[in-house]
Amino acid sequence: MSTKVKETGREPLFHIVRRTDLPFWKSWLIRIAAVVASLLICAVIIVLVTGDNPIQIYATMIKGAVGSPRRIWALLQGVAMLLCVALAVTPAFKMRFWNIGAEGQVLMGGMGAAACMILFGKTLPAPVVLLLVIVVSILAGALWGVIPAFFKAFWNTNETLFTLMMNYIAIQIVSYFTYIWSSNKGNNVINTINADTHVGWLELPASIDKYGYLLNIIIVAVLTVAMYFYLKYSKQGYEISVVGESENTAKYAGINVKKVIIRTMLISGALCGIAGMLLVSGTDHTITPNTAAGRGFTAIMVSWLAKFNPLFMVLTSLLLVFMEKGALEISTVFGLNDSFAAIITGIIIFFIIGSEFFINYSIKKRQKEVEAK
Amino acid sequence: MIAAFIHRAVMQGIPLLFGATGEIITEKSGNLNLGIPGVMYVGGISGVIGAFLYENSLPDKSQANGFLAIMIPLLACLLGSFLMGLLYSFLTTTLRANQNVTGLAITTFGVGLGNFFGGSLIKIVGADVPSISLSTTSRFFSATLPFAKDLGWFGEIFLSYGFLAYLAVIIAIIASLYLKRTRSGLNLRAVGENPATADAAGISVTKYKYTATCVGSMIAGLGGLYYVMDYVSGVWSNDGFGDRGWLAIALVIFTVWKPNFAIIGSILFGGLYIVHNYLNQFFPFIPVDMSTQELIKMAPYVVTVLVLIFNSMRNKRESQPPEALGLPYFREDR
Repeated sequence: MSTKVKETGREPLFHIVRRTDLPFWKSWLIRIAAVVASLLICAVIIVLVTGDNPIQIYATMIKGAVGSPRRIWALLQGVAMLLCVALAVTPAFKMRFWNIGAEGQVLMGGMGAAACMILFGKTLPAPVVLLLVIVVSILAGALWGVIPAFFKAFWNTNETLFTLMMNYIAIQIVSYFTYIWSSNKGNNVINTINADTHVGWLELPASIDKYGYLLNIIIVAVLTVAMYFYLKYSKQGYEISVVGESENTAKYAGINVKKVIIRTMLISGALCGIAGMLLVSGTDHTITPNTAAGRGFTAIMVSWLAKFNPLFMVLTSLLLVFMEKGALEISTVFGLNDSFAAIITGIIIFFIIGSEFFINYSIKKRQKEVEAK
Repeated sequence: MIAAFIHRAVMQGIPLLFGATGEIITEKSGNLNLGIPGVMYVGGISGVIGAFLYENSLPDKSQANGFLAIMIPLLACLLGSFLMGLLYSFLTTTLRANQNVTGLAITTFGVGLGNFFGGSLIKIVGADVPSISLSTTSRFFSATLPFAKDLGWFGEIFLSYGFLAYLAVIIAIIASLYLKRTRSGLNLRAVGENPATADAAGISVTKYKYTATCVGSMIAGLGGLYYVMDYVSGVWSNDGFGDRGWLAIALVIFTVWKPNFAIIGSILFGGLYIVHNYLNQFFPFIPVDMSTQELIKMAPYVVTVLVLIFNSMRNKRESQPPEALGLPYFREDR
């Protein structure tokens, strides 16, 4: 080593080594440090913009996120919805199938739910409509997910670009139907569907569930645990990891890669469909082209930041939703534009993305000549 | 009427052309920068901030100097989008982060930044104006040749645009020649196709990835600048830029990674984007209501998906995405 340095004399000052031996607690310490650092940077920016005391501002944020029972419920609902979409994209990502079409798959799921509620709301009995809502929205989401998977499996069509385009096709389809079904001809708004009869609504009685979010939260909690076990302990979950590590290895091991790709995207799309159903039938009781509200994209970051572990995703989605609600409160209090939340979210994500480097790699300094001798 | 349609289609297409040219250069280095929509927003808002500060520094709007009125927003736009490109490169190339996640984060951040400053700039600067309306500087951006109006349909189709529109076409042609005819362009394509081989051949993969991504972002940022300063005459409205950034990425696929095709492609996409406004005039016998318009707006995306499928089925070498697109390259991993 030492002689080599002398001979070439051009060994770079640093070199980067992949590390595999970092203890679990250390990697989380680095992540937490990154979040703290990002919060400090955010504080500096907030102070520059508002000119107010940073501690006061963070107090405003906390108040905005968890200041009242209603807000706590809204926070949990936000976490549940983001988490549901994140759960949906995770099996695909573990397989290295870059499904960035969750936005469209959620919308199609919501579309399926809204269609059933509108078309059959007056003619069929309520339990049948609810069943249809569930089945159709899951099928619609799954269909939207499986189309790119089919082409990926058989012709290796680039799935990132394909799923991205499918988002906008879905948005236009929903725009089309919001016009067709709009409550007052031409205003492009569907009022609350079946507001008087509640047909097709996924809800618990108001005596149990005051704010109407509880059922969504329970469903997503069950899905989270189920996904954890599916990925970690089932044969299919194992096949997903193998395909993700190396398609060739999977082939040699006798795994039918095409089948795994299509099956996994069916699951991914179906879960997005469930998210769409929870949003339309369980929460909003209407649909707009913005029903998914960018969750399809944020969910990708949630899933990736949690290293595809469903249980950690609870934490990452809580962090992002908490910051978003808090930043919204700041923008209201200080009369700023509500996109402030997106900036804060962006900064936090940049820091966490950056911190991954220090978890996966270590930087080794060039050894000094004196030491080398 | 057809001349007017083409005129509008070109105006719609120019931001897409900037975005697509920038993204093609970026993708040729193997970086799939999904942050382009955010970068274009940042380019637009940086130009707006530059123009806003310049206009507010003038005691009297009529004294505006044409050179400064163009250069300040232009440089601000280039700087803003350059920084976004640099951030993306730093995260993906130096810190080796996942490209898709980084790109989406850049888009969230960039769109947020644009809307935030668009909505709060007046309050932050403490200016005494009701809304951001940069008609003075915008006038210089949308200035056309004085005799364009006298040339009838020819003038309307070819000569009736601000200088940025011509710049877009020139940049696309230069980019095309650069990729096809120069050694450096060949090296860039090698980096995107197979970075390990390029590295072995002595090409600095890191340098090419950084340069291509930053230059690509600056070009894409100009699309945002063109949109605010020329297309909407300097009036910023939040989310007004809409999904044009994604449409630019669609255009990259549609034109199979060729900037010269993108010139025609952008006009075609621009036309599809607005054709619903003209259908009633062209075909009065076909009833076109608002709902049909929404379906027509779907066309660019459907066409792009079909192109993507067709190209992957035909499996011709020239029309494939760069081989290493979206994949990280770490020399030590081999």
